[in-house]
Amino acid sequence: MNRRLLAGLALLGLLVLLACLGALTVDLDDARPLSADVAQPPSWDNPLGTDTAGRDLAAVLVVGTLLTAKVGLLAGLIGIAVGTTLAFLAAYHGGWVDRVISFAVDVLLTVPGLLVLVVIASAWPGQMTTTLMALVIALLAWREPTRQIRAQVLVMREAGYVRMARLSGQGSLAIIFQEMMPNLMPYLGAALVSSVSAAILASVGLEALGLGPRDEPTLGMTIYWMISEGAFLRGLWWWIVEPVTILVALFVGMYLVVIGLDEFANPRLRSLK
Amino acid sequence: MFLLRLTKRLLLMLAVIFTAASLNFLLPKLAPKDPIETKLLELTETGGALTDMKGLVEAYRAKFGLDRPLAEQYLSYIKDTASLDLGQSIAFYPARVTDLVGRALPWTIGLLLTSTLIAFALGTVLGALLAWEGAPRLLGLLAPGVMVLAALPYYLLGLVLIYVFAFSWRLLPLGGGFEMTAIPGLRWDFVLDILRHSLLPAASIVLASVGTWALAMRGMMVTVQGEDYMAYAEANGLSVQRRFFSYGLRNALLPQVTGLALHIGYIAAGSVLVERVFQYPGLGNLLFAAIQQNDYFVIYGVVFILVVMIAVLMLLVDMLYPLLDPRVRR
Repeated sequence: MNRRLLAGLALLGLLVLLACLGALTVDLDDARPLSADVAQPPSWDNPLGTDTAGRDLAAVLVVGTLLTAKVGLLAGLIGIAVGTTLAFLAAYHGGWVDRVISFAVDVLLTVPGLLVLVVIASAWPGQMTTTLMALVIALLAWREPTRQIRAQVLVMREAGYVRMARLSGQGSLAIIFQEMMPNLMPYLGAALVSSVSAAILASVGLEALGLGPRDEPTLGMTIYWMISEGAFLRGLWWWIVEPVTILVALFVGMYLVVIGLDEFANPRLRSLK
Repeated sequence: MFLLRLTKRLLLMLAVIFTAASLNFLLPKLAPKDPIETKLLELTETGGALTDMKGLVEAYRAKFGLDRPLAEQYLSYIKDTASLDLGQSIAFYPARVTDLVGRALPWTIGLLLTSTLIAFALGTVLGALLAWEGAPRLLGLLAPGVMVLAALPYYLLGLVLIYVFAFSWRLLPLGGGFEMTAIPGLRWDFVLDILRHSLLPAASIVLASVGTWALAMRGMMVTVQGEDYMAYAEANGLSVQRRFFSYGLRNALLPQVTGLALHIGYIAAGSVLVERVFQYPGLGNLLFAAIQQNDYFVIYGVVFILVVMIAVLMLLVDMLYPLLDPRVRR
């Protein structure tokens, strides 16, 4: 077990634990505006203080962490599912299928994702919701996984055990699911975590720019309200410190898990320590 | 060889720019109700003060309206965009989008270029030293901190920096491009004022991206150090500096430059958010203001110009390549 993976898992585990404990002890309805006095510092009634709209920040942060995780997981899972499918199509099939998919990925990877998402999200006529935002982000979330997993499948396709399976007459699907998938798991794990991390990054970015769901207190919306309502000028330190701390822990945790899994999957990286 | 590569890259750049422009045209059309027209009509009905809004609606209808075939609208749109006519702002009608973008662009380019160059240079040298056996041990202690910073989005680190240096210690301004009371001009104190305001935004980009470059460079440098020519250089008794810079760093630099070209989009998107957090008067802040006011033409204009800027920067980095690698010059 390597230290980075362990530290990352510990950080993320701590966040999950805090969210669960919070969900049990805090009244989550207080995440709505006007459920407490406005702009109060931490006190007995509101242990993490309140914001300028009268939301109880303890409730906001619990709900926000869960909602942000939901957006990240949904978009990340779709990205990995689509990415893995495309990667296998490209690498296993080869030929023009591979060329088309690889070209599309190469071109799309040079396009700044956040800007495309800004255009898409701003053209949406109705209310933004977290589910919708996850779907919008998923539109571009498959690019990285496709590229990474395709490279792995290309290498794996020539591995001894895959050739052996082919020679012994196994079908393509059987080879993919019985021989390659189990060996791909560490890569898929790392790809999933980095995909979730990228989706959360994109969602918080969209929200900070004011394209997020205004009725749902995600972590990014908390940052948005905090900046828009001038928390710095008003000296509302708790409103700044709390969401930033959670986001920092979230991003560092996911980063450590990604590096850790990479090390686990690529033994060659271990010598670089 | 190089000319062919350059032509290919130029074509790719034009394709990316063209796609971005087309997207801006098509997306509002795909929505069930044209969001721009809805917004404009809403404004004419409610905004008594904006009497001239009718003119904008007419202009929009004439340009994008349903009375003309889609292909024709599209052609005229692309023609306008190619001549950098990005339409007029809805919120600041009749201000032209091109002027608004033009005013913000120098701020963005200044912040983006300086901080990226500093981060790239620092990170590359740091990464090379991390893999170099003779490097001071102290650097090794720096590494974990720099790596953890690389995990953070720029704007998040920006918020931390504002909190520490501007909010708690009050050493630097909370945001903005210059003091509200300052009179712009080419004077020493005004330049200093601008520098003071750009320090934190630039620092958040530099600190958050140094680790990325260092990590990539360390990996490359490890590989390069295993090459035969490194052993040969040592056997020939070349000095440590010569081996480090001319033999090690120089060769490990090539993939690093490719990385720079690939990362420009990511860095630009990140710095848009940094500008928003610091209320820095660049494109990011303009984009934010436009989103707040549903100012569609400004949103599309800013995104389009950013895409063009990124594409041009990528091309420039790509053209650096033959300067570094004699093999591609042929």
